[in-house]
Amino acid sequence: MKQLKTFPKGGVHPADHKALAADQAIRRADPPSVYVIPMAQHLGKPADCTVSSGDQVTEGMVLGSSSGFISAPVHSPVNGTVKEIVTLQLPNGQKTQALILEALESQEEPPVYTPSEDWKNLDKQALLERIASMGVVGLGGATFPAHVKFTVPKGSKVDYFIVNGVECEPYLTADYRLMLEETPGILQGIDVVRSLLQPEHIVIGIENNKPEALRVMRDAVEALDFPVEVVPLKLKYPQGDEKQLIKAVTGREVPSGGLPIAVGAVVSNVATLYGVYEAVVLGKPLTERLVTVTGQGIQKPANLKVKIGTSVAELIEQCGGFVKKPVKIVSGGPMMGFSLSDLNTPVTKGTGGILVLTEEEVDRKNTTACLQCGRCVQVCPMGLHPTRLYKWIDHLDYEAAAAEGLMDCKECGSCAYSCPARIPLVQGMKLGKLMIRKKKAN
Amino acid sequence: MIILYSFLAVAVLGGLFGIGLAVAAKALAVEKDDRILAVEAALPGANCGGCGYAGCAAYAEAIVKEDADITLCAPGGAAVARAIAEIMGISVEVSDQKMVAMVHCRGNRDTCTYKFDYNGIRDCNALYALYGGDKTCSFGCLGLGSCMKVCPVDAIDYDSRGNVVVDRDVCISCGKCVDVCPTGVMKMVPYSADYIVACHSIDKGALVRKYCTVGCIGCKMCEKKSPEGGFTVEDFLARIDYDARGSRDEAAAACPPKCILRVSSLKPDLVPVTALQEENEEA
Repeated sequence: MKQLKTFPKGGVHPADHKALAADQAIRRADPPSVYVIPMAQHLGKPADCTVSSGDQVTEGMVLGSSSGFISAPVHSPVNGTVKEIVTLQLPNGQKTQALILEALESQEEPPVYTPSEDWKNLDKQALLERIASMGVVGLGGATFPAHVKFTVPKGSKVDYFIVNGVECEPYLTADYRLMLEETPGILQGIDVVRSLLQPEHIVIGIENNKPEALRVMRDAVEALDFPVEVVPLKLKYPQGDEKQLIKAVTGREVPSGGLPIAVGAVVSNVATLYGVYEAVVLGKPLTERLVTVTGQGIQKPANLKVKIGTSVAELIEQCGGFVKKPVKIVSGGPMMGFSLSDLNTPVTKGTGGILVLTEEEVDRKNTTACLQCGRCVQVCPMGLHPTRLYKWIDHLDYEAAAAEGLMDCKECGSCAYSCPARIPLVQGMKLGKLMIRKKKAN
Repeated sequence: MIILYSFLAVAVLGGLFGIGLAVAAKALAVEKDDRILAVEAALPGANCGGCGYAGCAAYAEAIVKEDADITLCAPGGAAVARAIAEIMGISVEVSDQKMVAMVHCRGNRDTCTYKFDYNGIRDCNALYALYGGDKTCSFGCLGLGSCMKVCPVDAIDYDSRGNVVVDRDVCISCGKCVDVCPTGVMKMVPYSADYIVACHSIDKGALVRKYCTVGCIGCKMCEKKSPEGGFTVEDFLARIDYDARGSRDEAAAACPPKCILRVSSLKPDLVPVTALQEENEEA
């Protein structure tokens, strides 16, 4: 038997807990009556708010316009009234403007989106502009504006366009469900991006713990009029990270501080490609995303299609509420997500999952001294030395940490996951990176 | 005989090397500006780094070679700036007022409400990156002591209530704590300041009252009680203009949440309250 591909350095094998929600078909969440729409939902500059308090808005209308090249507009998920513009503190500490939107009682007919082939007549620039104007960002978690990613710099050539169907975070199953249920949409998204990048090869990477998705995608690509290869990958976290996925599929290594295009690769998540399909083929702005609501603390785990701006509390209610008192509620996956302290936090473009975790699922032991066991060094996929970096950061010497490659850390959490002393290594890395960025900004 | 030869050989070699060194010292001499040494001698030598340079020697070199601003040495203050001006032969205008850092918050576990339990790195910037901190108030002191870590003279510590306080007699006004503080609650005030408004929240009064019992509610009582005291309420927070010379005692006494505090009462003391009481009883 041929050996399955994976990335060579580091990585961990956390229990995947995907069975909780993997068989739940995608269903649409009931729309709430009040929405909270932050202006900073993507990497880069926050959108500029274009409406004011008291304005009537309609579904799909622009609420915040793109404020730079690396930025994205924000659209209204619903017909309603802008009740208030507030300053909101996001879970990452960033303060941003946010709109409180009240849905109108007598909703006029929501717009109907019908597929159209007219995009095939557009040139590259117009196509990119359409993606940008629809507010499409990377839905895998990093929320990097999609039109920037699909702009190939002059002189570069795309050898590999890699479609990311890995979903390596435990618990999350939204991408998996999407691959099973919305296969044609994803493939049309691939077709759109193919016309932009004109890659040599198109590869869909899926880990071998999703045999069903592998089968469905394989069957579907056979009917296409362009070649697409579906590659099964050996299970290992964090394979869904861009750099690890490129290494696994092509064997090429993205240089430190460089972008994938430096080795002729562009990676895009299946959910993002579905977003591209909606934006370009249906003409629908990004106002909805898939969210996995799961964990042993939730009554009915589900994969929900949620309108952006819906509160986490609302989703939990729609999934039957808590089984018992949760000890931690996490936005995103358990490895890279962050805990929520306020259930009124809205779902944004970057929210991939809501985990309701119980006592049994959370390890709350206290930090002890570093044992110098070296497990973090063994598992770091970037080949860093987490324990030494942490020591520099603890001693406030952020430059020394940067000199040892701190900025290459992607906060995947493998080190903290395997640390027997429960040292908050990733939090340390985040702090170090934050302080270095702060210093640069001054 | 053999001993004599050895002695002679070493003596001749020694002489030759000596001459060599003497010639090298002349020929390869590095021009050193005496002013660098003089400026370095004039600096306090604390190597606090508050000027932004690696230490006093690096700052002295930057002054002489790169025309760096000569008023950057906060610990040395006006006296050092004038001394450097004399060495460099330039004029300088500095005020004699010494500034010290003060924590403008008295919120702690007893006086304010919290959003969540924090169980991570003991660093304020790390905590601030999560929802802006565990306190409901997003302006107050986070209390993990990042300022203490960077203070070069150990002027900052907890008091017996668990609040972070600066000892103004130890503070050398380098400003490192002000730079590291994520909420901006650490601010510089004149050494001579009699009172500070120990709050940094610009939330509306009603909201402050919900989460903190010692936060400024912007009621303007201070403006009314001490009209000559230099109080102004802006964005629901009282501020003091220290150039105003009038009394501030009435305002401090009348302040409803009692957040106008006498600076001389703010001292770090890690002695547990119970120990203090025992001491009093014994005396």
